[in-house]
Amino acid sequence: MTNLLEVCNLAKRFTIAGGLAGKTRTVHAVDDVTFSIAPGETLGLVGESGCGKSTVGKMIVRLLEPSDGKILLEGTDITHISHRRMRPLRRRVQMIFQDPNGSLDPRQRAQDIVAEPLLVNGMRGAARRRERVADLFEKVGLRPDQMRNVPSKFSGGQRQRLAIARALALNPALIVADEPVSALDVSIQAQVVNLMSDIQREFGLAYLFVAHDLGVVQHISDRVAVMYLGRIVEIGDTARVYHQPSHPYTRTLMDAVPRPDPSRRHRALKVPRGEVPSPLDPPSGCAFHPRCPIATDVCHRERPLLRRVASGAEAACHHAD
Amino acid sequence: MTPLLSIQDLTVELSARDRIFDAVSDLSFTVARGEVLALVGESGSGKSMTALAIMRLLPEPVARISKGRILFDELDLAAASEASLRSIRGNRIGLIFQEPMTSLNPSMRVGPQVAEALRLHKGLDAAAARRRVEEIFEQVRIPDPKRRFDDYPHQMSGGMRQRVVIALALACDPDVLIADEPTTALDVTTQAQILETFRDLQAAVGAATILITHDLAVVAETADRVAVMYAGRIVEETTTEKLFAEPQHPYTHGLLGSIPHVAEAGSATERDRLTEIPGTVPALWALPKGCAFAPRCPRARQRCESERPELADMAPKHRAACWYPMGGAG
Repeated sequence: MTNLLEVCNLAKRFTIAGGLAGKTRTVHAVDDVTFSIAPGETLGLVGESGCGKSTVGKMIVRLLEPSDGKILLEGTDITHISHRRMRPLRRRVQMIFQDPNGSLDPRQRAQDIVAEPLLVNGMRGAARRRERVADLFEKVGLRPDQMRNVPSKFSGGQRQRLAIARALALNPALIVADEPVSALDVSIQAQVVNLMSDIQREFGLAYLFVAHDLGVVQHISDRVAVMYLGRIVEIGDTARVYHQPSHPYTRTLMDAVPRPDPSRRHRALKVPRGEVPSPLDPPSGCAFHPRCPIATDVCHRERPLLRRVASGAEAACHHAD
Repeated sequence: MTPLLSIQDLTVELSARDRIFDAVSDLSFTVARGEVLALVGESGSGKSMTALAIMRLLPEPVARISKGRILFDELDLAAASEASLRSIRGNRIGLIFQEPMTSLNPSMRVGPQVAEALRLHKGLDAAAARRRVEEIFEQVRIPDPKRRFDDYPHQMSGGMRQRVVIALALACDPDVLIADEPTTALDVTTQAQILETFRDLQAAVGAATILITHDLAVVAETADRVAVMYAGRIVEETTTEKLFAEPQHPYTHGLLGSIPHVAEAGSATERDRLTEIPGTVPALWALPKGCAFAPRCPRARQRCESERPELADMAPKHRAACWYPMGGAG
């Protein structure tokens, strides 16, 4: 199967105007990130705040210009493609955000929000567009009588449904979802996660699912990539990464997640050491070495590259089996 | 165990957008010394409003206690004067909020902020207060406490700031600790660190603790007892073990099923469909006549729509407000 999306050595550097000395400094927000997504597949991208996961998502939909590397969408290099030439390709890749409010015009009626991409992409005939919008409303579980409402009339979960309907309008092959359920209550999260699974099956959609919630990601992803300080430290099938984590950071993350099981209450927690270092001043060698329980000299000196490990996943660790 | 804090029929009235309605209705519960009671619910359930009411920090006149008592050590906080409340808050009742900057003064160094509480409430002189603050910083595992004493909040990470807030809450050896979503804003590894610190110190201080959270996994790992709130009322209350093993209210049952928790290897839930609770939480000013959960409840029958169930004993130490509880079926 050919890949829908290929990302090679992607990097994003931000320049920050300096402090007292007036020096400018460079932050490597994303560095040397490589992965692919097959049609109909979900890749979960996890990590803690500041690890660069959202920046990766934004580069793929071209909201941010990559500093280095390549993005291929259905074989076409879109890394530095102009907006004009991107337009026909934009139908193939859509994005949904954590806060639908930020992406929905508060003065527009729901039906116009969903119809807009159809209009922009030249779908002629108001009647045809109306029909398509009604169809999309039904697909995402919104009622026909809500079509004339403005976004403020919708609950948080319904607004996310609306954002999904708009993203689906042009039959995309890939949706980049950036924390799509993290602002929602638990019972509503489940509704939206289930909806995303349903439409994936129906339309053969692929997702890049960017989220910090390891439970949600496990639930929806075929494969998972774990990021730490701008780099992927482990990537592989979800079950492998979750149940046989090979990178010590992945293990740290998995141990840290609270689980809804009261029998764990009287057990000593496996508490991670230290804090995430500043991306302005990342550690030498392996960025995780100051917090790593198994770090040795080589970890201070040399940055480990991603390589195939015993579990079948790929991990960037000198000491992974 | 005799309760240290006893809430009786607490009702909080809100006036907003020309509407007057109850955000919290007839809430009753107790917390004993050394015990952690979790108040769990989704947005609009009234859990945070309950915390503000207990501390008498409601934004009056928009919100006010319209009924009920808050008994703390023979004093009714619901009727107490502002002067006596000031001597209790931050002293005998410690507070931890979700966002550390709610509690910290951004323009003041963190050590002196904690020291101020000790000088005010415990009458310590400057040198003694400083020594005590350094001790407490050590206890909440702030590395290098002597140096951190002079940091401003903005010089610290989110996790460190929350440790300062915990230090501030515990500085005066409070009898009661109220923690409102103390780890919600934190990353998962920081959350684990803060939860551990919180658990250890709560046990050491022996404070009667109310933990307010939306996260049932945090509840499972932290609380002794749980009260589940829905639309301003407690719908179920029991020990943490029983709540997870035999939830009686269909809402609790639905919530437990809808958590996409990190599943163990080979477990059936790994990539199953999540249990959905259909619909949305009703508006507090337009609650249905009977059970507020009835419109979303798979077990609802006619009686649920006409008559509101009161909290009743289902089993020892297990109360639920439901006409048709889950029973042994779980």
